[in-house]
Amino acid sequence: MIAIQNIHKSFDRKSVLQGASLTIETGASHIIIGRSGCGKSVLLKHIIGLLQPDQGQIVIDGKAIVGISKNELYAIRRRIGMLFQNAALFDSLTVEANIALGVREHRLYSEPDIRKKVAEKLEMVGLPGIEPMSPAELSGGMRKRVGLARALMMEPDYILYDEPTTGLDPIMADVINRLILRIQETTGVTSIIVTHDMVSAYMVGNAMSMLHDGRVIFTGTPDDIRSSQNPLVQQFISGDSAVEPVSEK
Amino acid sequence: MLLTPIRLLGRNVLDILQKFGGMTLLLSQILSESRSIFRDRMLVIEQMHLVGVRSLPLVCITSLFTGAVSSWQAAYQFEGFVSLSYLGGATSLAIFIELGPVLTAFVMAGRIGSSIAAELGTMKVTEQIDALESLAISPIRYLAMPRFWAAFLMLPLLTVFADVIGVFGAYIVANNLLDISTTMFFDSVQYFFEVRNIFGGLAKAFAFGATVAIVGCFVGLRTYGGAEGVGRSTIEAFVMSAALILINDYIMATLIF
Repeated sequence: MIAIQNIHKSFDRKSVLQGASLTIETGASHIIIGRSGCGKSVLLKHIIGLLQPDQGQIVIDGKAIVGISKNELYAIRRRIGMLFQNAALFDSLTVEANIALGVREHRLYSEPDIRKKVAEKLEMVGLPGIEPMSPAELSGGMRKRVGLARALMMEPDYILYDEPTTGLDPIMADVINRLILRIQETTGVTSIIVTHDMVSAYMVGNAMSMLHDGRVIFTGTPDDIRSSQNPLVQQFISGDSAVEPVSEK
Repeated sequence: MLLTPIRLLGRNVLDILQKFGGMTLLLSQILSESRSIFRDRMLVIEQMHLVGVRSLPLVCITSLFTGAVSSWQAAYQFEGFVSLSYLGGATSLAIFIELGPVLTAFVMAGRIGSSIAAELGTMKVTEQIDALESLAISPIRYLAMPRFWAAFLMLPLLTVFADVIGVFGAYIVANNLLDISTTMFFDSVQYFFEVRNIFGGLAKAFAFGATVAIVGCFVGLRTYGGAEGVGRSTIEAFVMSAALILINDYIMATLIF
């Protein structure tokens, strides 16, 4: 379980998170929605310790991660996989080296096992046999799937997805959504998915939270969110800019 | 009215101190991560190849012409005052002490320092540094440490090449254009030769190598603002390296010679 407790974060003088609190249950597929720039990705980066909050705490399976040593944080990170918005593949490495980098550096498996596991993960994301290709040769959808294979390679307990369908055509977005569902079913991993794509949110999520002005203003199931009376939630899920009361920032 | 220039000066001083502090901190992190240098030897060797072997042609050309021009200029300045029989000694001394290490460091700052800043800067703005962190891999260990040791070790080696080729360039001009015989030129080189000068120049080269790598890594790892930011970092890395090379050169010259 991940408990995000009263997180505050500012960059220069701009306050992005202002007391965000949220609990993510083990085994859930938890969607975090919210408008662009509301701090969704910033919140996600706090969970994996890429950003440190100005105030507040994050507890992962009973272990508080704010203020811990680098080695302790790295031990936590080995249990968390992350798919970045643009996949963040290492340009200078092949697909195989990208996927295997984590396990190679941590010496988790022997070389033949690594090669076997890379092939397995690529098969899992529907891209068998592309090990020798370079990231520059891949399409947007392929890059995301390779990024996902890399995140899966360390057999994580949690996977964080930062806008997994952004920038993809609807068919490729559907492929990614189905992949997230399949990974969820086959591995039982806890997924935290930041998105503003409501089609994706309804398809893969079994819990949802909405972030607005740096705070979590709603948490519930997809059915709860549909029937929410909160005007901010309703405006976001309907995608109607004309609906009151939200003003354009 | 009066506050503005004072505020500007204060801001610049703070900025310089902040950068100096950041680079010192980065150096201490690199040294701390160097515990794994044997384990990561392949990363270091790969960088040594990029930094050293690939820079060699440029260093050779630069030092050949530097030696040639210093010979020609020295002859012009000696004319009527000093015998040209001292030309070999004077030019070789200038190459060993100053021109070899400093110009090689400048070449490295342009070729390697900027390239480190651009590479790490691109990785930073495309979240590749965050991706490394997310895999529990320290970017300092994986990226900065091998580049630091590669530049630290290879710049003195390149300086040795620069010294030899520089003296050869000076000899070509002296022998072919200034009618100085081979014996006269190299007798003069030998007469002025002191091992202390070579080691002094190499000590400088170690310091310059460390400077170029630290600046490149520091600037690259704090890049922000997309492609424009990467461009800015590339320029900043060269400017900072060049300035620090000259400052280091002065300090070390006063300490060693």
